[in-house]
Amino acid sequence: MLEVKGIHFRHQHLEEDVLKGVEFDAVGGEITTLLGPNGSGKTTVFKCIAGLWKPQRGEILFNKKDISNLPYEKRAKMLAIVPQEHEPPFPYSVLDAVLMGRVSHVSLFSSPSKYDYFKAEEAIESVGISHLKEKAYTRVSGGERQLVLIARALAQEAPVMLLDEPTSHLDFRNQVIVLNKIKEIARYKGLIVLMTLHDPNLAMLFSDKVVMMNNGHVISKGFPQEVITEDNLKSVYMIDVSVINWCGKKFICPRINQSKDKIIPAKVRIQMHDKILI
Amino acid sequence: MVLITPFIAGWLALFIGAFNVSPVMVLKILLNDIIQSPYLSNIPERAIILDIRLPRVILAGLVGIALSGSGVTLQGIFRNPLVDPFILGISAGAALGCALSVGFFPQIPVQLTSFVFGVAAVILTYTISSTQGEVSRLPLILSGVIISAFFTAMVSIVKFLVEPHKLQSIVFWLMGSFSLSDWRLVKIAGAGIIAGLLPVFLMRWRLNAMSMGEDEAKTLGVNVRREMIIFIGASSLAVSIAVSVSGIIGWVGLMVPHLVRMLIGPDHKTLVPLSMAGGAAFMIFADTIARSLTDFDIPVGIITAIVGAPFFVYLMKKGGRESWGR
Repeated sequence: MLEVKGIHFRHQHLEEDVLKGVEFDAVGGEITTLLGPNGSGKTTVFKCIAGLWKPQRGEILFNKKDISNLPYEKRAKMLAIVPQEHEPPFPYSVLDAVLMGRVSHVSLFSSPSKYDYFKAEEAIESVGISHLKEKAYTRVSGGERQLVLIARALAQEAPVMLLDEPTSHLDFRNQVIVLNKIKEIARYKGLIVLMTLHDPNLAMLFSDKVVMMNNGHVISKGFPQEVITEDNLKSVYMIDVSVINWCGKKFICPRINQSKDKIIPAKVRIQMHDKILI
Repeated sequence: MVLITPFIAGWLALFIGAFNVSPVMVLKILLNDIIQSPYLSNIPERAIILDIRLPRVILAGLVGIALSGSGVTLQGIFRNPLVDPFILGISAGAALGCALSVGFFPQIPVQLTSFVFGVAAVILTYTISSTQGEVSRLPLILSGVIISAFFTAMVSIVKFLVEPHKLQSIVFWLMGSFSLSDWRLVKIAGAGIIAGLLPVFLMRWRLNAMSMGEDEAKTLGVNVRREMIIFIGASSLAVSIAVSVSGIIGWVGLMVPHLVRMLIGPDHKTLVPLSMAGGAAFMIFADTIARSLTDFDIPVGIITAIVGAPFFVYLMKKGGRESWGR
């Protein structure tokens, strides 16, 4: 179990805390999603858990042990991180890229062993991209590259996987493919999966628990249906939304503001208004 | 294949030169000396091959390994294929060392001063960039530029002050040459360069993870600070030694790793050894041209650029955009 306990974080030279006592936990086999608008502190929470930034107060526990002061070599065996899409410096092959996940398992003065290659290939297979193994990972699609990075995290063999906006650069189809894959991995490997998302609909569809954040606070946490409510969304995103029930599932639909467009005749405008309200 | 090119280049280099020695004779002399038979021991060819050409070829090879090996290392760390081994100010530091020795302290050998100042320049660069705690790429490159500019200005002052014939030898040294090679230099360079590049060679695979950027390398489990110090320290040592025995030879450290990357891909596990081999072969080749093209011993730095630039253009055209990593 990963527990984040009342962490406060403030940048050097800045007056205000970015995180003001963030507290939640995440368990194995489940997807826990951090949801919130830009600037709500999701990414800061991630950087604190990853150990890149040190929170001034509070602790981060993994299986009841504080991990905030672990060196990177040890932390990497506990936490694997899938970064937001990045610009790769050199066109490594997919296999070489995934193999980098083994860096914490390979000693300083040696190269990866047969076992490390085996683990990398296993990870590639489990995300279903074996056919791309030899391809340069700069020349695969955005969705495939996200899967490569997920495979790299799997090769790390860590019980916790953090994904920072895994769908932010992907088209509709790839968003669904990648999130389904993440869910499958969480279920079968029993990993603690923690991810951040922008889109409340995707959070509703794919997460087991949702932690909604705004302005450095946790506003609400729990099951998606309980957290992603009209009231919460309105207060966090400051727009008008409706949560629609359909076939036992809930969908979020923003209400479109159309009162200021003068070109549309009044009659038509009222008709459109009615439609959307349904 | 690339791994044996230095030996082919070395063998070719041994029989090419102002004094003609047949390829067969070269092999005979080498073999004879290995089994230490007295036969052939007093012919002039033997002295030319063993005391003049062989140390020169080996030294050129070693310097090629040092420049290209540290070039590929720094390109990986700085995530930029356009970085060369002199980016942290080594060349400017070494140049000042040379200028001071030639200009004002002729009793101290050029090799020593250029080495000391080369290393000092890197240490200064590193210290300046780490004033804010963490050492990261952009501050390092910027400090390298600052240190280079400063030391270059100092070199200019020395050049301005010294007598013309001393100025000439400073300028000549700065162009890079192997004309002073002997076995003593081979031993110094060999020890320093091997000591410097051994950790780089052993840790080469980790450059893959390092090249993903600092934060990502950290989350993958790399102790970025420690490994950055090892990589930069080790390659700086090798380059400083190389510069101290041969002067400033440009292009090799930038170009050879780039060429090898175009040919075999970016995986540092194979890229590093092959860049080293390619650097050795290229340097021996360039030096052979430098000493045999005309009756003069042309500074090899000129040859590396003249030979390198067009070849580079050719490969660039052939490889197209892909080979640039995009």
